Amino acid sequence: MTRGDLQTAFDVLVIGGGNAGLSAAIVAAEGGRRVCILEGAPRFYRGGNSRHTRNLRGMHDAPTPVLTDAYPEEEYYQDLLRVTKGKTTEKLARIAIRGSQDSVPWLEARGVRFQKALSGTLHLGRTNAFYLGGGKALVNALYRHAERLGVVVHYEAPVESVHLDGDTCRGVTVRFAGSLATLGARDFTAQSVVFAAGGFQANIPWLKESWGAAADNFIIRGTPYNRGAVLKQLLDQGVAQVADPQACHAVAIDGRAPQYDGGIATRVDCVSLGVVVNERAERFYDEGEDFWPKRYAIWGRLVAAQPNQIGHVLIDHKAIGLFMPTIFPPERADSIEALAGKIGLDPQRLTKTVADYNAAVRDGRFDHTELDDCHTEGLAPPKTHWARRLDTPPYYAYTLKPGITFTYLGVAIDECARVLMADGRPSANMFAAGEIMAGNVLGEGYLAGIGMTIGGVFGRIAGEGAAAHAANAA
Amino acid sequence: MLQTLLNSESAAEADRILTICNACRYCEGHCAVFPAMTQRLAFTPADLGYFANLCHNCGSCYHHCQYADPHEFDVNVPRSMADLRLDTYEAAAWPRFLGRSFQNNGVWTALLTVVALVVFQLAAAAFIDPAVLFGNHGGNFYAVLSHNVMVTVFGAVSLFVLAAIVIGMLRFWRLIGAPPVKEIGLRDVAQAVHDAMTLKYMGGGADLGCTYPEEAPSKLRRLFHHLTFYGFLLCFAATSVGTLYHYGFGWVAPYGYFSLPKILGIVGGIGLVAGPLGLIYLKRRVAAPVNTEATRKLDAGLLVLLLLTGLSGLALTALRGTDLLGFFLMLHLGLVMGLFLAMPYGKFIHGFYRIQALVGYALEQRRGTRVIGAAAAPPQRQAAE
Repeated sequence: MTRGDLQTAFDVLVIGGGNAGLSAAIVAAEGGRRVCILEGAPRFYRGGNSRHTRNLRGMHDAPTPVLTDAYPEEEYYQDLLRVTKGKTTEKLARIAIRGSQDSVPWLEARGVRFQKALSGTLHLGRTNAFYLGGGKALVNALYRHAERLGVVVHYEAPVESVHLDGDTCRGVTVRFAGSLATLGARDFTAQSVVFAAGGFQANIPWLKESWGAAADNFIIRGTPYNRGAVLKQLLDQGVAQVADPQACHAVAIDGRAPQYDGGIATRVDCVSLGVVVNERAERFYDEGEDFWPKRYAIWGRLVAAQPNQIGHVLIDHKAIGLFMPTIFPPERADSIEALAGKIGLDPQRLTKTVADYNAAVRDGRFDHTELDDCHTEGLAPPKTHWARRLDTPPYYAYTLKPGITFTYLGVAIDECARVLMADGRPSANMFAAGEIMAGNVLGEGYLAGIGMTIGGVFGRIAGEGAAAHAANAA
Repeated sequence: MLQTLLNSESAAEADRILTICNACRYCEGHCAVFPAMTQRLAFTPADLGYFANLCHNCGSCYHHCQYADPHEFDVNVPRSMADLRLDTYEAAAWPRFLGRSFQNNGVWTALLTVVALVVFQLAAAAFIDPAVLFGNHGGNFYAVLSHNVMVTVFGAVSLFVLAAIVIGMLRFWRLIGAPPVKEIGLRDVAQAVHDAMTLKYMGGGADLGCTYPEEAPSKLRRLFHHLTFYGFLLCFAATSVGTLYHYGFGWVAPYGYFSLPKILGIVGGIGLVAGPLGLIYLKRRVAAPVNTEATRKLDAGLLVLLLLTGLSGLALTALRGTDLLGFFLMLHLGLVMGLFLAMPYGKFIHGFYRIQALVGYALEQRRGTRVIGAAAAPPQRQAAE
């Protein structure tokens, strides 16, 4: 590419090339508009968090080839209400839920394939449709489809500034990076703009504004490119904000995970099979509160609240084989005391914590596939299911750290995915989709696969709206 | 020389990579490698050798991997499997010293073929009257080289090749720590043969084909592989039918263009030309690092040999009524001889080990638990205990 042949005027600009941005771009291009995707990452890392995803949560009233049984709207909505503790916008949540009925066929028609049946441990075959090959396969298929439709894609094209004129976006300035850095800064203009640039989870200084120094110990599960520059530009220029700056999807992951982009493989799925202690060798939460797939998303926050943002999950030999293999081997010792030494805890305190726990365990019939009756009595905090004594060496320990998936702070939108200004009026030509607006639906907590549902549904709505506006304006 | 996979560097790298895969599992729908992997918490070299021979090098798991290079995890399952597959070929080969040929296979295959060609031409020059060799025999190649000589020479070589393949298969079965053969059910064999004959695992797990030669799914590789394999099978059938005609019915060659041996041979020969040409074309377009220099040469050796065999066979058929019959007969027989001799020591062997691995896979899926690898050393990782 040379300076001369870089086209910068389009009908629709899409900022961010993940699931949401690609969905918007494809819909707009299918509507006959000239579309350009500006993706901040290099090609390999394209797609933001979408490349680390695996499934979408889909409403359906009857079994489909990729989803078993039924998952009706009301059950879906109640699940959402429970995890968000009511911090959602019902109107928008129901749009996402109803729209998810079309997601699988829409994606299949554009080259994405789904797994027929699911093995693995999440048991989500009823509620979640799994992409064959995972999120990167989805991202690849959608880019191929977009390119076939003539969508122009620029990689290493992070948006540096967004040009607002009241409630209208006149264009953006891109500062080309990496291998395209010689292109320098370029202004792109369009009739409508779709913002799908994700959250700000990779921006540690921004995280520190709400989390304080604790954020220095956070691991970012996705790419280092989600720094929230576009979000900040919008919020600084009078766009209405949704969700708490601290709100995010955070899980407890292996403390040895890389700082960025460790993705799914760094998961540690044995919390419900053991006990979790902090650096003071104290337990701090009920490890057996509910099934792991329903609880994994609270443990990031729980660990983040501990000293130095560290937790240690301890299991004994009985747990081996009952959870997903881990990317790194655990620490191992033949006594709790020796294990304490290996993970840097006070041996006496850890021995006492485990002894207290063991003494409180009431025998039951252990069954990891149901909410069994193995629990503790007279222990604070209790372990309400799957409580078995740690008494069979060798003992194992994984060190946990908070792994941030994505932040919820975002821009407010209306039912047409139009960005709302601070005074509550919709913008004339700005739309938003994906994690940059997921906070409208997810004020707190997480429901597995709903991020991709929100991105896909509002991506399609945004693409339609942006195309219609551009057609009218032209 | 490798006799087990315990000291294989490729196995160590495969262990590193598949440990990451087993914590991720996003690729479980692509092929048999991943469901086999998820039946294990950790891997022995035998397990890994088994996975390596389940892998069809379709590339889907590489192109869909969030951890591929430039990611620091540098996950590349197809390349790692290709590398290790070569080690399994080497370790299983009989006689052992010929296992070395897998490391620089292109050269060895070419050398072997040239030797076979030269031997045939020299033998023809030494033992056949030039007037006969360059005469017009109305298409009757037995006038050039008698049926008995052909049967004796190729029969002896076939017996050796068969022995080498069978012993190789027995060694391979031990190498991957497979259970006693009596544990296999007929349905496991039927499943494996079906999956191999349909190239199920060159499908990427869905209807679009695998990501070969590039990131976009394509069915071309499976098509060309089918042309190659079934072309070979038809040529083999042509020879078999000819043998049956000769000994069973006393119908002696040459046969007419519309006779069964000819039709089988011509259709098969076309497949043997079109298939390898297509595969060579695709192979040259592979830009992703899903295989290694050594495996590329291994593949190329067989493809070129099959192509030349097909071409020379078709040329022989077309020119058999001319004075060139003798020359093309000797050329074709030399190439067929090279192909035969290279079978246990080149890419050709992959079909046998592939079916064995698929039999093991069918058995494991039926039982729902790890079976293959169990007869070998236990996994090294602590968490697996």
